[in-house]
Amino acid sequence: MQWLMQPWPWWLSGILIGLTVPLLYLLAGKAFGISTSLQEIGALCSPNSKLDYLGKFDRKANLWLVVFVVGIAIGSFIATRFLSRDPKPFLPASMESVGGAIKLLCGGFLIGFGTRYAGGCTSGHSITGISNLNWPSLLATVCFFAGGLAVTWGLGGLLF
Amino acid sequence: MNTTLDPASQPQGDQPEQQPQKTTSPLAYTMVLLMGVYLGILFVKSEVARWERIHDMFLFREPHMYLIITTAIVVAMAAMWMIKRLKIKSIEGKPIEYTPKRYHTGVVIGGTLFGAGWAITGACPGPIYAQIGGGQWMALFTLAGALLGMFAYAALKPKLPH
Repeated sequence: MQWLMQPWPWWLSGILIGLTVPLLYLLAGKAFGISTSLQEIGALCSPNSKLDYLGKFDRKANLWLVVFVVGIAIGSFIATRFLSRDPKPFLPASMESVGGAIKLLCGGFLIGFGTRYAGGCTSGHSITGISNLNWPSLLATVCFFAGGLAVTWGLGGLLF
Repeated sequence: MNTTLDPASQPQGDQPEQQPQKTTSPLAYTMVLLMGVYLGILFVKSEVARWERIHDMFLFREPHMYLIITTAIVVAMAAMWMIKRLKIKSIEGKPIEYTPKRYHTGVVIGGTLFGAGWAITGACPGPIYAQIGGGQWMALFTLAGALLGMFAYAALKPKLPH
C-alpha cells in the first residue's frame, strides 16, 4: 500500500481520468465538463439577471455541476488528508503574498472569461471533445497550449 | 431501470417541453457526487492540480502532464467508440449522446486566454476546486477571478464575435 500514498504514475492517472468520460455518461447520463459550473454558479447568484447568459440559463438542468465540483473538493480533501504521506502544496510559496493574490485573481479572470468564451476547458474540450472526434475541441486545445506557452515563455521572467 | 419513481422525470403540466436528458434523478445526483470525489482524488494523486506540474509542462521540462492528458484522451476515445458502437445506455436506460461543441471565433480567442490563465494560476477549472478542497486557500482568489471572468463574459457576450 506504500505506492498509494505516493503520487500515482502517469499511466494510472491518465487511464483513471480518461475513464471519467464513459463513467459519467453511464452512471449519470452527463457529459464530462467542468467550466460550465462557473456559469451555473453565476446563474444561481443572479437568477433574475437581465443578461441572457445567466437569466435564461437552465439552472435546474445544470445544478448537477455544482454537486460535481463539490465532490471534486471533497475528493481532494480526502486525498490530501488521508491518501498522501507527505502532501505537497498546490501552489508555490511565492503565491502566498499580495502579489500572488493579484496574479491568481488575474489568471482566474482569464480562466473564467476564456473557458466560457471558448465553450469549454481541458475537460469539456480536450478530453470529452477530442475523444468524441469533435474538431473544434482539438483546435481549442491547440489554443489552450498556445496561450499557456506564450505566457510561460514570453512573460515568464515577469510573472514567475 | 425503472424511472417512474423519479418525479422529476415525469412530464409536468406546466413544463411540457422538459426533455428527459435535462432532468437529474436522485440516483444520478449521487453518482455525480461520487464521480466528483473520484476525480478530486485523481487531481491530487496525479498532481495535475499542482502549479509546478503545469509550469514544467509549459516549459517542456517533463512529459508527465502530456502523458496523462494523452492517455486520458485515448482511453476516453476507446470507451466512447465502444459505447457508440454497442449503443450502450446509461444505467437509467437513457441513450448516451455527445452534443458537439461547434466552432466559432471564441474557440480560438477564448481558448488562448484560458491557456494564459492556466499557465499563470497552475489550475484549469477542475483543479481550482481541488486546490480549495485540499486546503490551498489562495486558490479562492483563482475562483473569485474565474467567476469575475465568467460575469464579464456574460455581460460582453452580445458584443463579442461568435
